Amino acid sequence: MKQKFDIITSTCVPLPLENVDTDQIIPARFLKATTREESFFGDNLFRDWRYNSDGTVNKDFVLNDPRYSGCILVAGKNFGSGSSREHAAWAIAGYGFRVVISSFFADIHKNNELNNFVLPVQVSEDYLTELFESIKENPKTEVEVDLPNQTVTNKASGRSEHFDINGYKKHCLMNGLDDIDFLVQNQDKTEQWEQLNK
Amino acid sequence: MNTLFDKIWDRHVVQQVEDGPTQLYIDRLYCHEVTSPQAFDGMRSRGLKCYRPEKIYCMPDHNTPTHDQDKPIEDPVSKKQVDTLAKNAAEFGLTHYGMFSKDNGIIHVVGPEKGLSLPGMTIVCGDSHTSTHGAMGAVAFGIGTSEVEMVMASQCILQQKPKSMRISINGKLGKGVTAKDVALYLMAQLTTSGATGYFVEYAGEVVSALSMEGRLTLCNLSIEMGARGGFIAPDETTFAYLKGREFAPKGEDWEKAVAYWKTLKSNDDAVFDKELVFDAEDIEPRITYGTNPGMGIGITSPIPSSPLGRSGEVQALEYMGFRPGQKLLGTKVDYVFLGACTNGRIEDFRAFASIVKGRKKAGDVVAWLVPGSWAVDRQIREEGLDKILEEAGFEIRQPGCSACLAMNDDKIPAGKLSVSTSNRNFEGRQGPGARTILASPLTAAAAAVTGVITDPRELL
Repeated sequence: MKQKFDIITSTCVPLPLENVDTDQIIPARFLKATTREESFFGDNLFRDWRYNSDGTVNKDFVLNDPRYSGCILVAGKNFGSGSSREHAAWAIAGYGFRVVISSFFADIHKNNELNNFVLPVQVSEDYLTELFESIKENPKTEVEVDLPNQTVTNKASGRSEHFDINGYKKHCLMNGLDDIDFLVQNQDKTEQWEQLNK
Repeated sequence: MNTLFDKIWDRHVVQQVEDGPTQLYIDRLYCHEVTSPQAFDGMRSRGLKCYRPEKIYCMPDHNTPTHDQDKPIEDPVSKKQVDTLAKNAAEFGLTHYGMFSKDNGIIHVVGPEKGLSLPGMTIVCGDSHTSTHGAMGAVAFGIGTSEVEMVMASQCILQQKPKSMRISINGKLGKGVTAKDVALYLMAQLTTSGATGYFVEYAGEVVSALSMEGRLTLCNLSIEMGARGGFIAPDETTFAYLKGREFAPKGEDWEKAVAYWKTLKSNDDAVFDKELVFDAEDIEPRITYGTNPGMGIGITSPIPSSPLGRSGEVQALEYMGFRPGQKLLGTKVDYVFLGACTNGRIEDFRAFASIVKGRKKAGDVVAWLVPGSWAVDRQIREEGLDKILEEAGFEIRQPGCSACLAMNDDKIPAGKLSVSTSNRNFEGRQGPGARTILASPLTAAAAAVTGVITDPRELL
């Protein structure tokens, strides 16, 4: 949902797995909803990893580990591959995450996060490895994500890294604006294009 | 600026947003029932109408049952989603091909076969396999639901221009090696993220020689290498396929269109951000062994021992119940699925029938044969393939996405091993706990008649 972004400081939930696909983030059987209730999708985030096949809680999965909490999800390389389902971004937002840190994001999912005011922060492989280690050593490790300055800081090691985001999207996130507002405002340009390309 | 991708993309640029994405004009939006309801809700809450409703086509495919489509859907939640699409299409004035209508089928099968997806177009849908339509020589890619709403509202989308990659496959494919095997080979070479950030142009002798059905299969799987889309420059094969199709240009318009389409190719001196070349001789029938489409092998090869342990490999083999170094030939199969936007076209049914002809379905294999559309179903019957399949003990089901992602009743039970012509072998994709091996229609047919993983070349 539309919310303004600035500086976020939080503890993290670590998911040191590579190639986490959107079928794992939210399995297909939860895509039948016709509304956008984020709490429903949030409740089923990583459903088949969170719960055993008999419906009991999988105590080994990180979301069920009381040591870890916070609004930053830290995940392995190639996060969000596979299906284009935006329900995956709704589940991440619905669970309460506002930032996902990884060393690589799948294209469509990255856009889906941005369109739901969840910030994908891409860091170097080396930075990610160190961050996982910091969180493992001390689950209370905090990370500061500073959107205005485009920096991410591991408070345990003090190490900062710059992250990329285009100026337009940064403006949207910081001001709670979305692309549809922009496109509707620019309809005259679309009409001009249509005239030229009849 | 001289690749085909540049030419199509640049022609559709409405404006370049300062320090931001491109506002890109979209020629065709397809909507299915799963990724559209929240977009329609968004339109309603903003008080917007579709800006160019005539460019939008809707049809349910993910939830549709593959039997008794003439009756109401039993699952109330699925029914509601399918009904919601019909209601939304009516309210917003959009064309809708309802379940059980002669025009219905999987959106990525119906679009090309109706001539709705044409060379030079920009095409989007809230579905990652929209890359399929690239086979027509179009720039086609999957988008999220917010982006679906953008296109409904403005016929435009905001996107960063991807980089360009050309993948050439030279030589001639061996007996029993299909477009599906080529795609599975590429995924194993590139991994599931190797083409992320790129749009892929497929080229080379192998690609030129492929039928349209083969090209649709190849482009369909572009997303499984991480690519946003993949496409093939239109040529005589494309024109012959399109001529006379319902929405293809007619008469003088056809001549004009073909003249334009013939200009749609990369220049000889085109420069790609990345260029890869492969040899057809290195490709044999392929199968996957793990839980992403990049975890694949030639059907006669053992599962890699991977001493360094590629990420996720250990967890994947544990899930699949396989071990490093194991050969899969002869492994008992429980289910066979022929269908999906990957392999649910007429050529796929011909290939499957060519193997089962004169043989019988293995007794304990459950086989689901699901045409990609009612048009494919009609052609199966016109060609008499239904008789061959039925004599061999197979039954043809009704069109839809079916067991590819198991949103309807077609779920592979936990622990069961499925040989599937679909596109993803993710954990639980075909049903919670289901184990999936991706393969071509020929390899699926070989498994269906022998009951075990079998090299299809032995049965040709």
